[in-house]
Amino acid sequence: MKRWLPFEWIAAVRFLLDGKLQTLFIIVGISIGVGVIVFMSAMLTGLQANFIKRALTSQAQIQILPPDQLARPQRLGAPDIEDAIIQRPSQRLVSIDQWQKIIKQLEAMPEISVVAPTVAGSALAKRGDANRAITLNGVEPDTYFNVVHVPEYIVEGQPRLLSDDILVGIELAKDLGANLGDKLNITTSAGGSRILTIIGVLDFGNKGANSRSTFVSLRTAQSLLGMLGGVTTLDLSVKDIYAAEDLAQHIQSSNDVIADSWIKTNAQFFTAIYAQNLTNMVIRIFVGLSVAFGIAAVLVVSVIQRSRDIGILRAMGTSRGQIMRLFLLQGGVLGFFGSIIGSALGAFALVYWHSAARQTDGSELFPLVIEYQLFFSTAVLATFTGLMAAMAPALRAAKLDPVVAIRG
Amino acid sequence: MANSILTLAKINKVYNPGEPSEVAVLHDIDLEIAKGEFVAIMGPSGSGKSTLLNIIGLLDRPSSGHLSINGQDTSTLGDTELTRLRGHRIGFVFQYHYLISAFTALENVMMPMLVDHGFPTDAAEHRAMELIGRVGLTQVAHNRSNNMSGGQQQRVAIARGLAMNPDILLADEPTGNLDTENAKSIFELMREVNRTSGTSILLITHNLELARQCDRIVRVVDGRIQADA
Repeated sequence: MKRWLPFEWIAAVRFLLDGKLQTLFIIVGISIGVGVIVFMSAMLTGLQANFIKRALTSQAQIQILPPDQLARPQRLGAPDIEDAIIQRPSQRLVSIDQWQKIIKQLEAMPEISVVAPTVAGSALAKRGDANRAITLNGVEPDTYFNVVHVPEYIVEGQPRLLSDDILVGIELAKDLGANLGDKLNITTSAGGSRILTIIGVLDFGNKGANSRSTFVSLRTAQSLLGMLGGVTTLDLSVKDIYAAEDLAQHIQSSNDVIADSWIKTNAQFFTAIYAQNLTNMVIRIFVGLSVAFGIAAVLVVSVIQRSRDIGILRAMGTSRGQIMRLFLLQGGVLGFFGSIIGSALGAFALVYWHSAARQTDGSELFPLVIEYQLFFSTAVLATFTGLMAAMAPALRAAKLDPVVAIRG
Repeated sequence: MANSILTLAKINKVYNPGEPSEVAVLHDIDLEIAKGEFVAIMGPSGSGKSTLLNIIGLLDRPSSGHLSINGQDTSTLGDTELTRLRGHRIGFVFQYHYLISAFTALENVMMPMLVDHGFPTDAAEHRAMELIGRVGLTQVAHNRSNNMSGGQQQRVAIARGLAMNPDILLADEPTGNLDTENAKSIFELMREVNRTSGTSILLITHNLELARQCDRIVRVVDGRIQADA
């Protein structure tokens, strides 16, 4: 007997070791439960981190647009309005008013890390007999590539944008039968027309984007779209992605612009994450409950099996409190060791699944995020669950009448 | 009796009072046991011997009457104090030895001291070893209790009953489950403990031959003391 262990600990551990098969089975049960919780939590954290990273490197976190163009109602002398039904005017491509000044103002804000002015409009790409409608994005690589990580999507060529360069989506290149180095004739409804060279091919992992998206230098786009000196959007990257919506509202209220955050434009994505977290929580709660009832069931049986031992211990002067602690500890010990083995099991499953489950392109489905904090909190929670589950059996043991217990 | 260790005055025990299943087990028991006395309690099955022993051992409470141990009245004590008093003053030996199978013989003997102190100590282990030696089991001190013969287990139980150096050792048919030879040697062991340590012993037995070797025989019939000699 270890000198530093109190009586309750010694007896709790001995009782658990004495009923080896029983203890083994319940520990396996707890381990599986804890393993499922650890595996699911870690995988979901990884998946979500991956989703968010993908969502945020393929679009601006805040996009600043010129305000909607409204038709002014005709008035027949105030306050009467001649015609209350006003048709919404078509939205011409217009520049953000005084965008240079707004950029200066935004750059001065500590919450914003990058501001990238862009011009976006529609155009027609022609090559031989083929032509396709495209979205022409005029950007400054120095700033814009820090907001949308275009270089990461390049499958061929290089992310360079000189005045005659164009980056095209992989589907568009296929449709036009164009390869790296080929020339495309780009024309716009504003009357602009230029011959540009394909300097890079992009794959965004999305067919729509791959068949429409093109990137050219800001000045090229400006001249093609007839917007010399103007920009249609300011794309922003922010330091705290979850504060993007508040920041967007602040910008919108202090300027004559529309500011959309990624949170607003990806509402569905947020709903999905919320639903995922909720499902995860419900599963965790029910797995936890089944673990707790498993521990309680085993200890209730153990109290019955050991009622004679309890009676003898009471006869030799063991107090009700000591008996109670003896059974509570068994629950805690089961929970603790179950959580250690379960965490190892969960981590193993995670590593295996990480290497086995791949996306269609062979890249990882989710990043392997193993946080020690998760194991720690799981161990604490499982031990606590064990203690709670042992409460009823422990009370029952403490209340046993020694005379009845000894008689058996 | 000036040197009495145990005094029972008008002890009654009724199970399930007020219910149709009401049973009166003990009727007005008066009994006094002197320090160092070796008393045999005899009587037919169901006469209330074990209930009497459980009440004396503070495992059960009387329905009425007073029980004093070493002059201290126990009827006003709460559960915690009774448990403490039981641990320090009283040792038990049961018919079916009832060692805790998860522990070795030595650890079983240490158990009352462990329970009392909260932690195992070297002193407790020395005392347990000494007691194990006294009952002649040094060889098997580290055996699990379920790896021992019935006689050996009962010896361990006696050693455990003596661990706290109690005033009274209560033995409920300790030899009832053993063959004649083992029964005799267990009885001799108790007799020797009684002589050398001065521990009062109350022994329930059906064996008249053994009872005759005690200082005194108390006969219990139908919950009453019929003869005391």
